[in-house]
Amino acid sequence: MSRTDRKQIVLGAYFPGVNHDTVWSDPASGSHIAWESFEHWARTAERGKLDLLFLAEGLRLRTRGGEVFDQDVVGRPDTFTVLAALAAVTEHIGLAGTINSTFNEPYELARKFATLDTLSGGRAAWNVVTSSDVPTGENFRRGGFLGHHQRYERAGETLTAVRALWDSWGSDAVVADPASGRFLRDGHVGDFAVSGHQFDIAGRFSVPRSPQGHPVILQAGESPAGRDFAAAHSDAIFSRYQRFEEARAFHDDVKARVRAAGRNPDEVRILPSAGVVLGDTEDEARERHADIHDRQVDPWTAIVLAEMVWNRDLSAFDPDGPLPDVDPTPDAPKWIEGRAPLTQDAHATVAAWRELAGNRGWSLRETVKHVFDRAVFVGTPERVADEIDRYVQADACDGFILGSHVSPSGLDEVVDRVVPILQERGVFRNDYGGGTLRENLGLAHPSRFGQRRRPAVAS
Amino acid sequence: MSPNDQSTQDRTAPSSLHLAVALDGAGWHPAAWREPGARPGELFGARYWADLAHTAERGLLDLLTIEDAFGLQSGDHLTGSQRRTDRVQGRFDASLVAAFLAPLTSRIGLVPTVTTTHTEPFHVASALSTLDHDSHGRAGWRVQTSIRADEAAHVGRRVIPGVRRSELDTARGRALVAELFGEATDAVEVVRRLWDSWEDGAEIRDAATGRFVDRDALHHVDFEGRYFSVRGPSIVPRPPQGQPLVTSLAHGYAPSLLAARVGDVVFTTPHDADDAARIVTQVRTAERAAGRTAPPLRILGDLVVVLGDTDAEARDRLARLDARDPLSSDAAVLATTPSGLADTLLAWRGAGLDGYRLRPAVLPTDLDAIVDGLVPELQRRGAFRTGYTETTLRERFGLPRPASRYAAGADPALVPAPTPTGATA
Repeated sequence: MSRTDRKQIVLGAYFPGVNHDTVWSDPASGSHIAWESFEHWARTAERGKLDLLFLAEGLRLRTRGGEVFDQDVVGRPDTFTVLAALAAVTEHIGLAGTINSTFNEPYELARKFATLDTLSGGRAAWNVVTSSDVPTGENFRRGGFLGHHQRYERAGETLTAVRALWDSWGSDAVVADPASGRFLRDGHVGDFAVSGHQFDIAGRFSVPRSPQGHPVILQAGESPAGRDFAAAHSDAIFSRYQRFEEARAFHDDVKARVRAAGRNPDEVRILPSAGVVLGDTEDEARERHADIHDRQVDPWTAIVLAEMVWNRDLSAFDPDGPLPDVDPTPDAPKWIEGRAPLTQDAHATVAAWRELAGNRGWSLRETVKHVFDRAVFVGTPERVADEIDRYVQADACDGFILGSHVSPSGLDEVVDRVVPILQERGVFRNDYGGGTLRENLGLAHPSRFGQRRRPAVAS
Repeated sequence: MSPNDQSTQDRTAPSSLHLAVALDGAGWHPAAWREPGARPGELFGARYWADLAHTAERGLLDLLTIEDAFGLQSGDHLTGSQRRTDRVQGRFDASLVAAFLAPLTSRIGLVPTVTTTHTEPFHVASALSTLDHDSHGRAGWRVQTSIRADEAAHVGRRVIPGVRRSELDTARGRALVAELFGEATDAVEVVRRLWDSWEDGAEIRDAATGRFVDRDALHHVDFEGRYFSVRGPSIVPRPPQGQPLVTSLAHGYAPSLLAARVGDVVFTTPHDADDAARIVTQVRTAERAAGRTAPPLRILGDLVVVLGDTDAEARDRLARLDARDPLSSDAAVLATTPSGLADTLLAWRGAGLDGYRLRPAVLPTDLDAIVDGLVPELQRRGAFRTGYTETTLRERFGLPRPASRYAAGADPALVPAPTPTGATA
C-alpha cells in the first residue's frame, strides 16, 4: 500500500439530533426512531469507510416553560441498544455512544461497554458526558444528587472505576480447556476494588476482557475544567465546529493541556462536529444552505433560541422586529430544560447581540440566524473536501464528525461525493484495515498495567 | 366484550404448545462446557450467540431468554462467586446480546434477563422499548431480583446482607425477599407507565403548526414509591407492542404474586404432573389475591433437557455429565428421547400449563435436538406450530395490544397495574 506523508483524516458521522438543526419537515426526512433509519445511516457510513458512528444522548425530554417542547424532533432510542444492534449489521465502523456518568453506575457501564466491544469485534467508544441537573435527576433513583462542581469528580472516578473493571480480566483469563477441566486461569480473575469520593465498590467483574481492552473514550468538554478532564482522560475530544483560527487555537490549547497532563499529544484526537451542505456549484450550495438555514431557524425557533440566552418567555416579541428590549434573567428558574446552556454570561451575550444587530440593522431572527450559522461546510464537494483537508493538515483538528439536516439519508451525498475526493488525495482510507477502532484511530492499545503500548505499525 | 374474552379469542390455536428456550453459557449443566459438542472457547463471541438464535428460530420457538446477573455465576442465586476455575464464569450483558440478535432474526421473541435490584427503571424502559422498536415487536423482559451480597457490593449503593437458604423462612429472610419483590413490583410498574407515556400517534409532524409531537399525548408518569420516584415521560416513543412481554420465574407463592401483579408470562418449575397442577392452582390463587384484571398469566414449565436417540443414550449422557460435575437444579431434569420428552410435555400440559421453557443441558447439542427432534415430533402430533403466523410476541401469546393507559377511553384492565409500594406501605 502506498504511503503518504500527509496527515490521515478521521471521519465520523452523527445521527441528526434532537435540536433545531434537524429539519423534520423536509420531504426527505425519515423516522428518528425506526431501526431502518439507523441501519441505512450505518451502512452508508461504512460504505464510505468512515471511522465511527456517533449517537448523542438526552435523558429527559426538553421542556419550555414546564411543557414538553414540541417544535423540534422529540424522542430518541436507547443508545446502547441501537449500537449493539448496529454491531450486527456492520463489520468495521466504530460505534460511539454518548453516555452520562452521573446517572449510571460503573459496574453496569463497564459490563455494557465490554459486551458491546466484544460483540462488535473491538469497535466500541464512549463519549463521556456529565450532568447534574435536578430535572434529569427526576427520572432516576437518586434524583439531582450531584452538585454542579462534582460533575467532573464523578466523571473522573467513573472512568477510573470502569477502567479498573475492564482491566480485572487479563486477555488470557479464559482458558476453556475441556481436557484439563480448567475454564478460568485462576480463581481471582475479575477481582477489583475501587474507592473514592463517589464510589466504594469491590468484588469480581463478570465480562471477559474485550478486544480493545479499553473502548475508546471521547469527551466533549469545552469549559476549562472540561478541557482538562478531556486532556487527562480521553482518547478523542468531540468539540463544536469552529472557524479555522478558533479551531487551531482550541487544538493548540487542548494539546498543551494533554502535554501538561503528562501524555503524548498524539494520543488525543480532536474531532469537531460539522454539518455539510453540498451543491454542484458554489452558488447552488449557498442557496441550498440559505434555504435549509431558513427552515432551521424559522420565526418561532428564533424566539426559542433567543429564550435560551434570555432565560425568559419572549413569545410576545416579534421575531422580525428588533431584539427584545428586556434584560435576560439568568438567575431565574430555567425557562428551557434539557439543552446545554448556550452562554456562561447572558448579560454579555445579549450586549454582543445588541451591538451586532445595531451595526447590521438586523431583526431578532436575522441576528439569531447569524449567530447559529456556524456548524456547516457549504460548497461543492471539491470545496468541502478542500476545507476538511485544510483544517486537518494545518492542525486545526484531526478530522470531523459529519452530519446533515435530514435523517437518515443526509449522509449519503457526503459519502458519495466528498469521501472519494479525500481518498483520491490520499488523506483518507480506501478500505478498512481490519483492525479495532482504536487501531483505526492510531491510538495506543492499553496494557493492563497502566502503560499504553503503541500499536504495531500497519504495513 | 371484555378483555378476557378478546384474549381467549386471539390465542394461538389451543393445539400449539408455547415453547421457549433458555440460553445460558454453555448450557444448564455445569459440565456442559466439557462436552464434545460444546463450544467453550466461543462463549464470549458474537457468532456463538447468533448461531443459537438462528437455530431457535429455525425451530419456530416462541422466544429465547438470556440469563444475566450482576456477578459471576455461583450455581446458586443466594450465594456469591466461589472462585471456582472449573466452571463457566463470566457472561455478557443480556440486554445487549438481545439487541445484537434483533437484526439477525425476524420472528423469535427476544427476552433478556434484567435485574430490578441494581438498575434504573428509566434506563430499563428505554432499552426494552428500543429493543421492541429494533425487533419490530419481539421484545420481552425477564424480570429478576438480586439477593446476593456480592452483587450489591459491585454497585455500592446499598448493602444487602447475605442470606442462607436456611434463613429464607425467618423474619429477616422474609423481610429481605419482600423488599426486593416490592421494589421489583414498583420497577415493572414504572417501566410499564413509561412505555405508555407516549400515546400511539404522538408524533404528528404537523407542518402547518410546526409541531413535531402532540404534547397532549405525552404524559408524566409521576411514580412515587418507597424505593424510587420517576417523573417521565419516556425519551422513547411507545414501543410497537405497546407493552413488551413481561416474564419472570416463580418458585413459590411470593414470586407468583409478583408475576400476578405485573407479569404476562410466568416460568415455573414443575417436577411432575401433580406438581404442575399444584403450581397452576397457586398461580391462579395469586392472580385472585392480586386482583388481577389483565388476561390470565401464561404459565410455562421450566425443564432441563438432556436428549438422546434412545433413553439409554440420554441417561448415559446425563450420567457422564453428572460424573464430572453433578447438576443441582431447581427445575426437573429430563434425560430422554425427543419423543419421550413430547410425551411428558403433553401429559403435564393437562394440568393447565400453556407450554414450557426448555433449558438445554448442553449447548448447542440439546438445542439442536429440540429443534430437529422434539419440534418435528410435536408437529406430527399436531401440538406445535408449523410456521410463525403472528407478527409480535404479545400476539404469539394471545395477548391484545393495549392502548396507552393515558389515552382517553383506554381500558386499564388490559395490563397488570399494581398499587405502588409507597401507597400500600
